[in-house]
Amino acid sequence: MGRRLAVCAVAQIKNHPNYHYLRFQNMLLDCFEPIMEQTQATFDMETGIRTIITCSDDVFDARTISDNGITDVVGAHFRGEEKIAQESINGLGYAMACILSGHDDVILFMGHCKESQGESRRMVSNLAYDPFYCRPLGMDYHNVAALQARAYMEKSQITDAQLAKIVVRSRKNGAKNPYGRENKLVDEEEVLNSPLYSDPLRELHLYPVTDWAYGMLLCSEERAAEFTKNPVWITGYGSCMDRYFMGDRDLASNFSLKNAAQRAYAMAGIKDPRKEIQLFELADQAAYQLPMWAEGVGIADEGQGGQWIDEGGMETFNVNLSGGQLNGNPLLLGGAARVIECYYQLSRQAGERQVENAKRAVAQAATGGAGQHQAVIVMETQGG
Amino acid sequence: MAHHKKNRNVGIIGIGQTKHSSHREDVNQPELIHEAVRLALQDANLTMKDIDCVVHGNMELFEMVHQPDLWHVLGTGAYGKDCIRITTGGTVGATLSCASDNLAASGMYDIVMAIGFEKLQEGHTTGGITNMADPLWFRKIQAGALTGSSAYDVEREFGLERANRASLTYRIIMDKHACLNPNAHRAFGLEFSQIDDLIRTSPKLVGELKLIEMCSQSDGACCVIFACEQKAKELARTPVWIRDHITVHREETFNIFGYDRKVPVIKTHKFAAEQLFGRNGIKDPLNYFDVFEMYDPATWWAIDWLRDFFALHGDEHLKLVENKEIMIGGRMPINPSGGVIGSNPIGATALIRVAEAALQVRGNAGPHQIPTPVKHALASGFGGTMWTVMTMLEKELNW
Repeated sequence: MGRRLAVCAVAQIKNHPNYHYLRFQNMLLDCFEPIMEQTQATFDMETGIRTIITCSDDVFDARTISDNGITDVVGAHFRGEEKIAQESINGLGYAMACILSGHDDVILFMGHCKESQGESRRMVSNLAYDPFYCRPLGMDYHNVAALQARAYMEKSQITDAQLAKIVVRSRKNGAKNPYGRENKLVDEEEVLNSPLYSDPLRELHLYPVTDWAYGMLLCSEERAAEFTKNPVWITGYGSCMDRYFMGDRDLASNFSLKNAAQRAYAMAGIKDPRKEIQLFELADQAAYQLPMWAEGVGIADEGQGGQWIDEGGMETFNVNLSGGQLNGNPLLLGGAARVIECYYQLSRQAGERQVENAKRAVAQAATGGAGQHQAVIVMETQGG
Repeated sequence: MAHHKKNRNVGIIGIGQTKHSSHREDVNQPELIHEAVRLALQDANLTMKDIDCVVHGNMELFEMVHQPDLWHVLGTGAYGKDCIRITTGGTVGATLSCASDNLAASGMYDIVMAIGFEKLQEGHTTGGITNMADPLWFRKIQAGALTGSSAYDVEREFGLERANRASLTYRIIMDKHACLNPNAHRAFGLEFSQIDDLIRTSPKLVGELKLIEMCSQSDGACCVIFACEQKAKELARTPVWIRDHITVHREETFNIFGYDRKVPVIKTHKFAAEQLFGRNGIKDPLNYFDVFEMYDPATWWAIDWLRDFFALHGDEHLKLVENKEIMIGGRMPINPSGGVIGSNPIGATALIRVAEAALQVRGNAGPHQIPTPVKHALASGFGGTMWTVMTMLEKELNW
């Protein structure tokens, strides 16, 4: 069954601020149908899809067992459907295990999130904190990110001007991505004058509220040729959980990302990510995270994120050519969005953002306050 | 069957459960989980250093904590570890077991810890479950997991008197089992002589479904440690091998319109059992398995489902109950633990079925150990809109 997972096809709808006219079932159906059309996969019990992995979240959907509402539109009627209720990237890690274990050979992987449906994403992420100490303080992912931003900016000498540069670039790149959220292009001055949201984070430093859905067909190495002429391989996966209380963590340490990246690199046999990987999609839910995660995955020197920005690190390492999460993906699905961009690049379908000779790419995703949980995926083309 | 042979075998090497109770006010969520984790580690003679990956599951809206694996790291011990969170409704515990089996079999991890948890005291269970239904069409007519339709079906087929007595016989057998299980939440000490009184006096919830026949809501956690074959053999005296598992979900809404008795809608339990037993060459499951830990949220479902799981005909399933063949010491002991009717911390419940089945295979379940050797055990999970997960456990690696 090989040691790698084949991504045979992807489908997505455009990232959008508010799909008020679509239920999440509709969003998924718009991804399901192209996947079936592209691959001609079936739900035959012998040779077809018997397992569907989905990603959704009960709180974002305001529905208990939120995957229950999508069972039929993802083809899971009388099939297995397992829900990753965490960052979507972990669904790929789990799909890899399902296939390498021998239990499955074809998996449909779908996810949805309508961030616009909740009254406030801050309210949602406030619920990630314990009801005794942190929740009553009003902690949520944004104000916790502010604490991390302060610590990291000091450690790596990041300036407000550099953060503005990251935001401007994200929107420019996002405009070249046909599935990217349509945002107003901004200049550095506008970012610098954007209102403070959670000091030092400004409004334009944060990813915007977004609705989105995606689908992927995944299979074992042996069966990839049945579904595509041009598979992209997932060859490495790793994740890591950091401590819960902010006071217990060194917020600028990248502890969990470094571990996750090392595990993914070890699985994929990568020794030097700077030389062996041509493309990086990082989970920049806030601007400061782009250089910070770059340090975490090993393409910027420790504590040198500011200098790395000034020296053109984002271009040297082809970071977030999709526009990144900063241009807009739902929180839960950032990892899948990163993986899909890597898939387009590695299968030479990235249009005007195409990186020549990209053979290996890394997708990263973060969950929880100040990236408490991190996961990394390594992807490769046929030749690796 | 396109189903492959496993990349490598996986065995259960550690089991821990909390005491299940309606109120565990003495502990918060991570502390409750920690009890189960500590017991499982002790059972496996391991420390957290030995664990490669932690798999976490429950349902967020029951306690209203978003992505609770983040807070729960204080009790799960997942700090510095790979960690995945998977949920599938009431089946989640069984899914955690399947996922852990896959993760360890894949070669990506050698030792995987599954943690199922629920602290239903901190939410509103029926409200939480009702919230599963489509907000536009079904939520207003739903009563969560409370349904009298199975009772109606069994009564229509076998008559009111026989159906009710079978239901209460099942209930009392489960209570007798729960009384032997120190972790069980509800253990009343009921006697078969009380059947007529209970039929008369137990308040009705929905239709013929009575309070005594329905599971309760519990606080509790369960932790099971899975290891690849090599590690399992090195580390455990009696690893319990996961032979196979199957998951079968179905559409969001119940197929009630156009229901035809001549062409009944196939049930996921029946479909799952046929597929699982078929691909493993098991022709007579009632004789093959030595014990079955079945997710039994209410007596009516339980007696009805025996027919689906074991491919029984006519009233064979009722006779198993009426003749007390499902008791410890009987032909097919069902839920020596007392079952879901005895304890139901929902996110842990289906993992408890796997854990209890594994304890029976190991032969050290304590006072509720069945007296004859257990070589082959079956566990089931139930949830969503009639979803099924089934797991086969074996004492020997000889299939």
